[in-house]
Amino acid sequence: MAQEQFKAQPAQGAQEEETEAAVSAGPSAAAQEQVQAVDDLLDEIDGVLERNAEEFVRGFVQKGGQ
Amino acid sequence: MSVHRVMGLETEYGVLAPSQPGANSTLLSAQVVNAYAATVRAGYGHLAGTRWDYADEHPLDDARGWTVPRSAADPSQLTDEPAELTAEEIALAGGDARAGSTLYSEREAGGHVLMNMVLGNGARLYVDHAHPEYSSPETTNPLDVVRWDQAGDLVVLAAARRIAQTPGFAEVLLYKNNTDNKGVSYGAHENYLMPRKTSFDAIVAGLLPFFATRQVICGSGRVGLGSAGHGPGFQVSQRADFFETEVGLETTIRRPMVNTRDEPHAVWDKYRRLHVIIGDANLGQVSTYLRVGTTALVLSLIEAGEAPALRLRHPVAALRQVSHDPTLRTAVELADGRRMTALDIQEAYLVAARAHCERSGAGDAQTRDVLERWQRTIDTLRTDVLAAASTVDWVAKYRLMEQYRDRHGLGWDDPRIALMDLQWADIRPEKGLYHRLAARGLVETLLPAESVAAAVAAPPEDTRAYFRGRCLTDFPEDVVGASWDAVIFSVPGRAGLERVQTLEPLRGTRALVGPLFEAGLGIAEFVDQVRS
Repeated sequence: MAQEQFKAQPAQGAQEEETEAAVSAGPSAAAQEQVQAVDDLLDEIDGVLERNAEEFVRGFVQKGGQ
Repeated sequence: MSVHRVMGLETEYGVLAPSQPGANSTLLSAQVVNAYAATVRAGYGHLAGTRWDYADEHPLDDARGWTVPRSAADPSQLTDEPAELTAEEIALAGGDARAGSTLYSEREAGGHVLMNMVLGNGARLYVDHAHPEYSSPETTNPLDVVRWDQAGDLVVLAAARRIAQTPGFAEVLLYKNNTDNKGVSYGAHENYLMPRKTSFDAIVAGLLPFFATRQVICGSGRVGLGSAGHGPGFQVSQRADFFETEVGLETTIRRPMVNTRDEPHAVWDKYRRLHVIIGDANLGQVSTYLRVGTTALVLSLIEAGEAPALRLRHPVAALRQVSHDPTLRTAVELADGRRMTALDIQEAYLVAARAHCERSGAGDAQTRDVLERWQRTIDTLRTDVLAAASTVDWVAKYRLMEQYRDRHGLGWDDPRIALMDLQWADIRPEKGLYHRLAARGLVETLLPAESVAAAVAAPPEDTRAYFRGRCLTDFPEDVVGASWDAVIFSVPGRAGLERVQTLEPLRGTRALVGPLFEAGLGIAEFVDQVRS
């Protein structure tokens, strides 16, 4: 359903490969954008979640592992 | 002292075919392995199924100095026997024996369902009990651990996509989590190479306080309290409620915080392999990076005899208390009567690690980076837990659920919240909630996507995984078996098999054997040269 919306993109503050210890952007400036992004995701979630939550979760039965 | 050592991760994925309720999970797991074999064959034209060589598996050897008799072991501990799908299991699955026959047919398999593969990147993909498991190749630093661990997610994703596209097969979904929330748990294990001379008692003493508390910086979060998740609420760790003892050999029953399996997969006199079973599978790169990076540092502290002198009065109880309090204010009791929070205990280890690194002069970039991130994570969690959402998996999940609960007025026991907990770990980018969060730039990553994708096919260059992976890629027709510490060849015209041991994890590197692969030798000449 959300397939067409998905596009791989670098995360905010994506780090240099190999550790340059790149310091991620300070939270204050990004904070507002983050709130907006989370709001957008919450809007999206109802469409992404599997149908019939209760039944779906009940069906997820695993055998023991290590 | 540094974060550099030979390490690798194992991930058992949760497996589900939504349109086939009650489908046999061993069969579904075999479908995943066979589908990946088909994918590899389609893409590269290689023989993909390679028998696992069980010659050096010793799952009943205990690091405390004894071996459990086979008769006394739980059947699930006998991991040195090849898994087979029994006729009964196939019958239980409705007489549908097509686990592999359509997805991957190979004359060599003789109608057998493929249960094991060794991959060109040096990893192992196989059916472990009732789960598909990806065991990453040996790597030498935390960033490479992350790279080849996440490559595993792409491997099983490719397999699941293949199944979905194959006519007659029901879609199989895979979850990188550790519990079905109905009383069952499955593992995400870590392996660390250590010198054998380090006393196991010192390892246990040094690790228990660290393992009880490291979940606050790298747990994956879980909805529900108790092994069956009946108590409403959110907890820090997937695994905490499934541990019952401090030390032991088992991994599926009476799970111990420190596992004693003594199976080094390397020169026995020189090495032990610490088999860590207490961690959560992480989707976030930073959480994985800190999980192994901080653990590697703590092992160095233990090896140097400089672990903080902390002893918990009740380590198993402390593990749960910490997990059950996402505010992180709970203080657990020490044997001397003091009380410390999980963050205080983590900081004590961090301070000791930093001091030791300064003294011993280990100043490489990745070690410094792990120390800095460890400090930053602790500081952030102390001041505002939710502010760590971009790097700490459980916080990212917690914050998303809190916001969703707020918006819809839901309790922790609402089925939609339970579904979010499950679907957080769905490995499909378009469905998995972690992946949706990542796609919106809400989590920090350490590696470009191309780098992880390349690790699906390419082995690490600085361990024996390079030799293993290149053998499978360059001589697919001639490799008849492999394991962590051997590659077995069948050389045309020669009687018997040629077993090349790889008991030194830091040999078989590109620097050492790369030229042999580039020389364009035939298999006979290649094997002779390797052995000389």
